[in-house]
Amino acid sequence: MINIFNYIDRESPIHRLTGATKLVCLIFLTLAAMTTYDTRLLVALPLVSIALFAISGIKLKDVSFMLAFTMVFMVLNNVLVFLFAPQHGVELYGTKHVLLVLTSRYTITAEQLFYHLNLVLKYLCTIPVVLLFVSTTNPSEFAASLNRIGIKYSIAYSVALALRYIPDIQQEYHEISQAQQARGIEMSKKENIVKRLKSASAILIPLILSSMDRIETISNAMELRGFGKNKKRTWYMGRRFRAADILAMVSSILVFALALYLNFRNGSRFWNPFG
Amino acid sequence: MKKNSVKSIVAIGIGAALFFVLGRFVAIPSPVPNTNISIQYGLLAFMSVVFGPIEGLLIGFIGHALIDFSYGWGVWWSWVIASGVFGILMGLLGMILRIGRKDFGKADIIKFNVAQIISHIICWGIVAPALDIVIYAEPIEKLFAQGLVSAVANIVTTAIVGTMLLAAYLATKPKKGSLKEE
Repeated sequence: MINIFNYIDRESPIHRLTGATKLVCLIFLTLAAMTTYDTRLLVALPLVSIALFAISGIKLKDVSFMLAFTMVFMVLNNVLVFLFAPQHGVELYGTKHVLLVLTSRYTITAEQLFYHLNLVLKYLCTIPVVLLFVSTTNPSEFAASLNRIGIKYSIAYSVALALRYIPDIQQEYHEISQAQQARGIEMSKKENIVKRLKSASAILIPLILSSMDRIETISNAMELRGFGKNKKRTWYMGRRFRAADILAMVSSILVFALALYLNFRNGSRFWNPFG
Repeated sequence: MKKNSVKSIVAIGIGAALFFVLGRFVAIPSPVPNTNISIQYGLLAFMSVVFGPIEGLLIGFIGHALIDFSYGWGVWWSWVIASGVFGILMGLLGMILRIGRKDFGKADIIKFNVAQIISHIICWGIVAPALDIVIYAEPIEKLFAQGLVSAVANIVTTAIVGTMLLAAYLATKPKKGSLKEE
């Protein structure tokens, strides 16, 4: 229950990087994967991430649950894209190489399959990076790292508070839910959806009202300790940058620059092998 | 952030934690893939109206980003941003329509629901698909279908959950003139 973010404490070069470094890398690598549809880069990035996984000492079985979840999501998304726009690839690439005619609408074209390949590759680019980030970054350090990359410490502190209180609120939700069920509230599939939503509210109302009290208590405690008096604050979990940190950040920024350069050189976001 | 910034910071933190718990552990799957019937938007609408637009923005943004991180499927920035925008819109409409500022009544329920319907349609019908087109270049038809389904689902859940929360919370506030001289 405590380890909802799947943080795995091991000794590795990736764990030794500061949280801020990993956050910067995550942002730039996902931005690179988002901006480009250049298949060559989309193939290279997952290979790099797999190498990073090997270095981090995170085993496949550590993340298999999250991975399976994401794969289902990816397949559904592809099916949905095909059902709604079977000719999207033709529109994007401007040519039409028919492979197989199912019906006049659902004609399978090489362009469409190539578009789906790119879509899958885009997932394969971002998923390992995010998995790597969550499994090697201590959540407590995460808030400190937000402040380090230039986000106001009040907002970083909000994130820290959220991470601190998620297990408490989860516990409280569970307790209220059991109490209400003991009093005869039905939450299971036997009830219709409106009834279920109303039962959910019967749990939510005590939860929210007690959370409002909690907000009052915590903010009083923080004010009594003089929170927000100074322009800066230090973090228990904060760490200094070292050479490896700078190297990691610079290389992720270079990958993003490469993605932008490829977009510019291809003349669009799509690398077109058909033209 | 207004006069009491410490309270805002705490409200954002606890609000995001609540948003996370509701979104992550109380999700009811809908027939359309990738979209859950999520009661956390009822909470977000309520918190935004009570605390304001900036708090709403950050509760939605932080809460949704944390949910995406915990699933590990990559952070869908387009939908995370849309959640933040929903918080802003509800906060602003709450201020403009003065929801719950005076004694709570039927008028407030109607205003709250008008505000949430407008905000949901803007967020899931326009903001999220538009960002998805820019970021992921997915087909427009599919994105608007997804957007429409989640807008409708969110409007229904917000109408039930959000309204009940607002009514219950405002009932705990002492009414104006509730003390009488004897």
